[in-house]
Amino acid sequence: MDLKEKIVSSFLAFEDSVDLDSSVHELRSEAIKKFEDHGFPTKKEEAWKYTSLNALQKVDFSLFPKEGALDYKEVKSYFLHEIDSYKIVFIDGVYSSYLSETTHEGMDICLMSAALTKPTYKAVIDNYFNKAVKDDSMTHLNTAFSKEGAYIYIPKGKAPHKPIQIMHFSTGSEAAQMLQPRNLIVLEEGAEAQIIERHQNLTKNEVFTNVVTEIFVAERANLDYYKVQNDRDNASLVDNTYIDQKSNSVASVHTFSFGGKLVRNNLNFYQDGSRIDSVLKGITLLGEKQHVDHYTLVHHAQPNCESHQDYKGIYADHSTGVFNGKIIVDQIAQKTNAFQQNNNILISDKATVNTKPQLEIFADDVRCSHGCTIGQLDEDALFYLQSRGVPKKEATALLMYAFANNVLESVRLDALKNRINGIIADKLGVELGFDV
Amino acid sequence: MLKVSNLVAGIEESTILNGIDLEVNAGEVHAIMGPNGSGKSTLASVIAGKEEYEVTSGKMELLGEDLEGLSPEERAHMGVFLSFQYPVEIPGVTVTNFMRTALNETRKARGLEEMPANEMLKLIREKAELLEIDRKFLSRSLNEGFSGGEKKRNEIFQMAMMEPKLAILDETDSGLDIDALRIVAEGVNKLRSKDNAIIVITHYQRLLDYIVPDYVHVLHQGKIVKSGTKELALELEDKGYDWLKQKTTV
Ligand SMILES: Nc1ncnc2c1ncn2[C@@H]1O[C@H](COP(=O)(O)OP(=O)(O)O)[C@@H](O)[C@H]1O
Ligand SMILES: [Mg+2]
Repeated sequence: MDLKEKIVSSFLAFEDSVDLDSSVHELRSEAIKKFEDHGFPTKKEEAWKYTSLNALQKVDFSLFPKEGALDYKEVKSYFLHEIDSYKIVFIDGVYSSYLSETTHEGMDICLMSAALTKPTYKAVIDNYFNKAVKDDSMTHLNTAFSKEGAYIYIPKGKAPHKPIQIMHFSTGSEAAQMLQPRNLIVLEEGAEAQIIERHQNLTKNEVFTNVVTEIFVAERANLDYYKVQNDRDNASLVDNTYIDQKSNSVASVHTFSFGGKLVRNNLNFYQDGSRIDSVLKGITLLGEKQHVDHYTLVHHAQPNCESHQDYKGIYADHSTGVFNGKIIVDQIAQKTNAFQQNNNILISDKATVNTKPQLEIFADDVRCSHGCTIGQLDEDALFYLQSRGVPKKEATALLMYAFANNVLESVRLDALKNRINGIIADKLGVELGFDV
Repeated sequence: MLKVSNLVAGIEESTILNGIDLEVNAGEVHAIMGPNGSGKSTLASVIAGKEEYEVTSGKMELLGEDLEGLSPEERAHMGVFLSFQYPVEIPGVTVTNFMRTALNETRKARGLEEMPANEMLKLIREKAELLEIDRKFLSRSLNEGFSGGEKKRNEIFQMAMMEPKLAILDETDSGLDIDALRIVAEGVNKLRSKDNAIIVITHYQRLLDYIVPDYVHVLHQGKIVKSGTKELALELEDKGYDWLKQKTTV
């Protein structure tokens, strides 16, 4: 039985565990039909030209999580433990109350399973759940099995005074495990939040995560979202993130892709208002046979908005990268400023990267700039550093930092910046003795 | 200190240096002059170990040790310093952090302990003062957005930090106004000693008024076509290079 059949036929069993009379369940039932019709995306589809899910479909993934156990000290290093934070933590897809720190004081930073079942959350769920998503097969698949994940609701003018960490750990409680977390994040007018999301496999057992995150950023609200992807080489991730922004809001997503076997980031911004700023930044640093596919979409649907995309990629060994950046500017979206930049360095002749801007502009008074480069390390710069006594390896690392630096510069959490620096240094096998 | 004999080097398609002989002793300052494109920067890069250039014959020795096959960093660890004609911009790496890395890597290679942070900071401040470099400058990204003059001054600051045995200054005077030139030249002069040597590459006599050379060499088409004392520089200033060029084509 292939994975699709297994998934579709297990839906009945899944239904035993949820409330069948809820409006959400109608959405689930529709979604499983859509997934059944379409199936997993294939390389024949333009959007999936460079990323194949075929190999994953041959793995006998267990679909219903069996919770493993974890001690905080085993996983402490994956948290930003240096700073105080809210934590929503899942072990093998199951919420872990003892690793988490949630709140209901003045805001809700808690669980999707609670939000989907308790009457107090019904209004928010009815308003927002599944409202930002696109007609997309992997998203339908997630919707069909949506049950658990992070639920964050920040009311008007509020801001949690510390960042929120959403963590997913896999402990190998099954030989191979598929996880489908579903997150909903709502920032009401003028609200603010800083969120870090991380998926981490801890064992040799394979993991496949298909996550959907819907984010609503209301007028004047401000969101900083950081995705830290540094998983083992037996963990694959399809990340579907949908951000819906209203007037005068700012939303930024930083994606740090340092690991995993196969990672696909579908990052969608929809600008539903004016004077909106959307920021999409990424550092991708891969080696071995790792594969990361960034598929971004910014849809400018109203006038006077901006978007800024800046993705840097460094590829070693046999790694492969994809950047496909789509920008849609509707006819009424005059005075749009849309910037897109994707720069790549290949440090091995076996590594490849495919980069493609895709502009669909229907307004005439817009400023759109895009550029992509694929190059090697600057030999003159390398020589300059070496001639000052810095060994080649360290000099190479310094240049990588220099290359990726402006993406790090906009990270507003120092503890996270330090952590990312540490991961980069570790990947490059150097000890710089200072933070860049 | 440095002994270059019959050095022939170039890039794949063409030879740039056509048999250079040059001997520089400790305590000496040599000036290398010559028209644009004569190979001055190439010579500097080849001595410093730039891998882009292939040495096809000849020999280079530093303090009696053959430089063949040594990487740029190994040469730096032996005491070679090149002040670049065009210093490279490295965003995100501050001058201070870069110097800390360069100095500690060099110390490590020489079997010394890393310099304690406070000592390092003191040294950086002291050398910055020597070159009248503002403190704010030290926390800026290396060469990023620096003016031509600032870049050159920063190069000599780095030289002061590294205390090289052999320093090669490639057109350090270009881009400097007269005040900056004096500061930089004074900085260089303070670093002169009987134990080190300096090669000054320049187009102009101007710098040599401040850093007075013991010998002057003229490079043309990858060969040293004339050597002399500091008076040769004055003569070149007067007559230009044409009389030398004619001499070589005869
Ligand atoms: N990397 C290189 N590739 C091709 N040509 C080079 C390279 N480096 C130097 N050259 C050539 O060699 C000659 C000498 O250059 P250079 O050493 O920079 O001269 P100078 O410093 O005296 O002005 C020039 O004709 C220059 O174009
Ligand atoms: Mg030159």
